[in-house]
Amino acid sequence: MDFREIANVEYLNQGDFACPGCAAGLSMRHALKVLGDETVIVMPASCWSIIAGGLPTTALQVPLMHVPFATAAAVASGVKNAFKEKGEPDKNVVCWAGDGGTFDIGLQAISGAAERREDIIYVCYDNEAYMNTGIQRSSATPPGAWTTTTPAGNPLIFEKKDMFNIIASHNPTYVATTTIAFPNDFYAKFEKAKNATGFRFIHLLSSCPPGWRIDSKDSVSAMRLAVETGIFVMMEKEGEQEIKVTYKPEEFKPVKEYFKLQGRYKHLDEETINIIQERINKRLKKLNLL
Amino acid sequence: MQKDMLLGSEAIAEGVKLARPKIIPAYPITPQTHIIEVLSEMTAKGELDATFIRVESELSAAAAAMGASQAGVRTFTATSSHGLALMHEVLHWIVGARLPVVLVNANRAIGSPWNIWTDQTDSMTQRDLGWLQVYCETAQEALDTILQAFYIAEKIQLPFMVMIDGFILSHTLEEVLIPSQDEADEFLPPYKPEYFLDTNNPMSFGAAAKGDIFYMLRKSIEETMEGSFDYIDEAHKRFEKIFKRKYGLIDTYLLDDAEIVFVVAGALAGTTKVAIDTLRKNNVKAGLLKIRYFRPFPKKEIVDALKGDKKVVVFNKALSFGSSGQITQEIKEAFYYEDKKPVLYDYILSLGGKEVFVENIVDLANNLDNLDKFKILWRE
Repeated sequence: MDFREIANVEYLNQGDFACPGCAAGLSMRHALKVLGDETVIVMPASCWSIIAGGLPTTALQVPLMHVPFATAAAVASGVKNAFKEKGEPDKNVVCWAGDGGTFDIGLQAISGAAERREDIIYVCYDNEAYMNTGIQRSSATPPGAWTTTTPAGNPLIFEKKDMFNIIASHNPTYVATTTIAFPNDFYAKFEKAKNATGFRFIHLLSSCPPGWRIDSKDSVSAMRLAVETGIFVMMEKEGEQEIKVTYKPEEFKPVKEYFKLQGRYKHLDEETINIIQERINKRLKKLNLL
Repeated sequence: MQKDMLLGSEAIAEGVKLARPKIIPAYPITPQTHIIEVLSEMTAKGELDATFIRVESELSAAAAAMGASQAGVRTFTATSSHGLALMHEVLHWIVGARLPVVLVNANRAIGSPWNIWTDQTDSMTQRDLGWLQVYCETAQEALDTILQAFYIAEKIQLPFMVMIDGFILSHTLEEVLIPSQDEADEFLPPYKPEYFLDTNNPMSFGAAAKGDIFYMLRKSIEETMEGSFDYIDEAHKRFEKIFKRKYGLIDTYLLDDAEIVFVVAGALAGTTKVAIDTLRKNNVKAGLLKIRYFRPFPKKEIVDALKGDKKVVVFNKALSFGSSGQITQEIKEAFYYEDKKPVLYDYILSLGGKEVFVENIVDLANNLDNLDKFKILWRE
């Protein structure tokens, strides 16, 4: 992609409430550049409930509906069907939710909407814990990671919930993982989602400087390292097609480099890091990447 | 206008069809199921031009209704009991968002233990939300109330909950007058909201509000509730003019000279009327006050109806544990600043579908002097 082709229009106003270095803000800015002004955002409780600004202001130049935590996909179903009934079937109805609202409390409504083939785009910006409430563990928190409710690290008996395959098993139109640290990949996937109809799901890895215990200047580097170490794999599945990995580094870096950057992993000993590295290798082999 | 024998549920579905909603999200629960089955059939056959969304839970039914209403179309859903309880969070949000969703609740007990029969615990525990609440006695009243509900809700931008007794009303046949579509259209104009999700006029709904704004918004809900009596009155007059059927906030039966008054909400009013006829034959001056509107609570009408030297037995089909029956509470509150207060009996008449027969009410009236007005009263 030629960066000169990125739309010059901004749908994210100056002066939102995102923390410095917040990837959730950055991701929204670029997602809306693709989705355009015929877009309606449905937003459950998340950091973005704050980022979007308080009444009577709004950080977005598109209509935005705040909704209770567990309900985004169901509300979006109602919104989209209402637009269809009004003879406006082409509006992009987009859920914009965090990992808590997606992996945990919102999952039932997502499964329902996916199964019903609702014509919506569901975006999860995954910062791997309940960051808005002060860094509590979610089922998207990786094993080993410190949070305020896993003070000794998220126990290794857990695995981060495999949201990509959970969604893929509903046979949606489109499911993808990406991160704004790789803008080409990010833009291509939002384009695909926008141009398709049916249930579309994009899982974004989204760094959180306060929650990940990183300097805000390292926000994008952390996400890049997640991909380059293989702890986060950018992939997609279009309809009946096979899962396609959309980016493979020439050589995967050791996960240690990703951990080193982040205070949430600083307590990990060599043995624990090796166990996690083994798990990553196993998954990468399964995906034919190693 | 056409006459037919209909189940209460079918009558409601006819009322909904006449109101021309665009979106109906629903999840099945006994005893609401017939309502949504008939509505599914109507949409499948094209008799009703609406989208029926088969959601995966009542929480999602309420959520989808909220989304559709926020997008600016007329929206209906129906539920009961546990379903209403599961919707609770979104029912709050719908009020705060000022969305005129209409919901029918088939009154049913809530577990544990399991019980599918009727009482009013489900809707009474939702009384503080900011939804208007009407309790219906007959299938005809239920059908008519649906049309009134959309009319009033859309005028005042607050949601409306219509109650029918599970099974007693939902599953029994009754002769019902079904208005023609033209009559219904004359009564209920198309829904045209001022604010909705509009990409040509983007705005944000439900963004975080600080105390001052939040307080002002909540105050405006109460002011709307208090002001809604005028719109309800207007709706009733308009309804009577077109359909020749008269409705009020309350209804009465042989009340004026009554020495004993039973207060009832819902289909139990029918049984109570028969009991009153029996009592009158034995020279007991009994009468009925039927509460139709529970929210907003028509204090003035109720005080006017019950003042004087009456003994008032309030029939509750729910209670607030540790306090009293909710209808009793409301009536007591209405009389607080009145000089002359009736003697009130706080009677829990039925829970979980415990049968109420005419003779139960007759016996109760005959033993009234033995009842303790300071206690919650229970049947044997």
